[in-house]
Amino acid sequence: MADTTPITPANMPLPDSDEPTRRDVIMVAAGGFAAAGAALALWPLLDQMNPDQSALSLATTEVDLAHVEPGQAVTVMWRGKPIFIRHRTDAEIAAAQDLPVDDLPDPLARNANLPDNALATDENRTTKGREPWLVMIGICTHLGCIPKGQAVGDYKGEYGGWFCPCHGSQYDTAGRVRKGPAPQNMAIPPYAYLSDTKVKIG
Amino acid sequence: MEHSSTYQPTSGFGKWIDTRLPIPRVMYTQFITFPTPRNLNYWWTFGGILTFMLVAQIATGVVLAMHYVATPELAFDSVEHIMRDVSWGWLMRYSHAVGGSMFFLAAYIHTFRGLYYGSYKAPREVLWILGVLILLLMIATAFMGYSLVWGQMSFWAVTVITNLFSSLDAVVPGLGTRLVEWIWGGFAVGGPMLNRLYSLHYLFPFLIAGVVALHIWALHMPGNNNPTGIDVKGARDVVPFHPYYTIKDGFALVLFAIVFAALVFYGPNTLGHPDNYIPANPLQTPQHIVPEWYFLPFYAILRAIPNKLFGVAGLIGGIAILFFVPWLDTSRVRSTRYRPIYKWFFWAFVITCFVLGYLGSQPPEGAYLIFGRIFTAYYFLFFLVVMPVVGWIEKPKALPGSITEAVFGPEEAQASSEPAPRRREAEAVL
Repeated sequence: MADTTPITPANMPLPDSDEPTRRDVIMVAAGGFAAAGAALALWPLLDQMNPDQSALSLATTEVDLAHVEPGQAVTVMWRGKPIFIRHRTDAEIAAAQDLPVDDLPDPLARNANLPDNALATDENRTTKGREPWLVMIGICTHLGCIPKGQAVGDYKGEYGGWFCPCHGSQYDTAGRVRKGPAPQNMAIPPYAYLSDTKVKIG
Repeated sequence: MEHSSTYQPTSGFGKWIDTRLPIPRVMYTQFITFPTPRNLNYWWTFGGILTFMLVAQIATGVVLAMHYVATPELAFDSVEHIMRDVSWGWLMRYSHAVGGSMFFLAAYIHTFRGLYYGSYKAPREVLWILGVLILLLMIATAFMGYSLVWGQMSFWAVTVITNLFSSLDAVVPGLGTRLVEWIWGGFAVGGPMLNRLYSLHYLFPFLIAGVVALHIWALHMPGNNNPTGIDVKGARDVVPFHPYYTIKDGFALVLFAIVFAALVFYGPNTLGHPDNYIPANPLQTPQHIVPEWYFLPFYAILRAIPNKLFGVAGLIGGIAILFFVPWLDTSRVRSTRYRPIYKWFFWAFVITCFVLGYLGSQPPEGAYLIFGRIFTAYYFLFFLVVMPVVGWIEKPKALPGSITEAVFGPEEAQASSEPAPRRREAEAVL
């Protein structure tokens, strides 16, 4: 080795032309290919966080309603969420039916069994012929707390439905938001009656 | 502050490593002989205290992770197992839990110090932004750590905070719900959520450590600000970091550690909420959900705004606005000492933060809500209106000629011609 000059950034041999070369084309192509590959490799890392197969498979719950008297309510679990089922009294049904939809903060039914644009009438919040029964996801649409109103001694808010203790949202006897920061009515899950006393949720 | 290295390796190993990985040279230059303004007060000791707290939290946290189990069935019980069965487990857990509070106490004092003395102004903008980034990472880490206990407060804090993202449904219908289910890994807060919180709670402190390294790097480019806010003008204005500030920081750390130890040993649950000793119950929300004290002002902002999306924006904006402080403050004077108008607004802001903290701990109704709105308004007006406008209209007081003059007065500063760093040798002789 005759030449013993140490290599520094200052004397490194560099391409001396500003013209695009075949090497530049290869550099851009390889860089683009690597970027696309990195983006593809990122996808499984992000998608793995979505609900997994075991979470998706817990899709239905069957509930026996025979023992729930008018004025009573039960809470069951579906997909890790509480489902409120209330056997409403005639007075509660009348209060919910008499209210014009225009007076509601959220005019949509939020019922998974109906089209998205269905209005939040009491008919659209329940099932025809089974008006005493209200089946809904018992989660406040504000920040996900569980409203009070299921147990006999609970404060049910000014509208006789449910009251969220976290930030004061109030729901009526059809689970529609009437007051407070909640933006939507409590959601109705997909459900179907299997018989007079049996309902399948999910 | 950039200064030439006077490091001279003496041992054989010292010379060998100096041409290979010169860590001893960097440590000597940046932490022994580093020129530091001679007038730093005790508010400047919290950087060192915060470094200690980060190391303490990582050390106790790694130990806790050896005994903790991140499943909904076992998480709460494993925490009690640490408290009752694991040797020294009670000490590790109480130190870690109280340590979170002490970490935030020091971080908030450090942040207010920077705000008061204008430490965010040129040429320290990047230093400040990295500090705000550390604060954000700390908030995320503390939130995730608190959730791991899986008590009632843990569970419902996770539920409420993750549901904040569902406010995006107001922007693009369905987007928020989709995002929240992705975060949860399910349709409600449960096992998958707990596990990923645990994974990330272990990761984030090391991200913080990385940003802290950048923060110190960015500090050592311009050097420390000081209580006068004026630049270092010569060798007389500075002293070497060691021994002057290693001793001062060490003394402050001992005082801080006494408070820390007093809480760990005599009031380990003083700052916590008793409801978190009730195991998580997905079917029952506690009567009042209250975050740890260090989140209360931001929680008050969230609840003061009646709209869900804007409430969330206020919560995030309350912290994110700090990023823009270097450009919101239009005054050319750094230190609030010399700002006769601004100082009143500054202290009003400090009081606002305390009042918001109190309001955040109270139910959001009646007078609490009204005052919450008033003080939330001032919180943002301070940054968006006071900072730019007062900077324009205010006539600052006369600044001292130099740091040394601020310490000794004009005559003495003239008389003492000896550069400050040399005093070290003089004192060693005495």
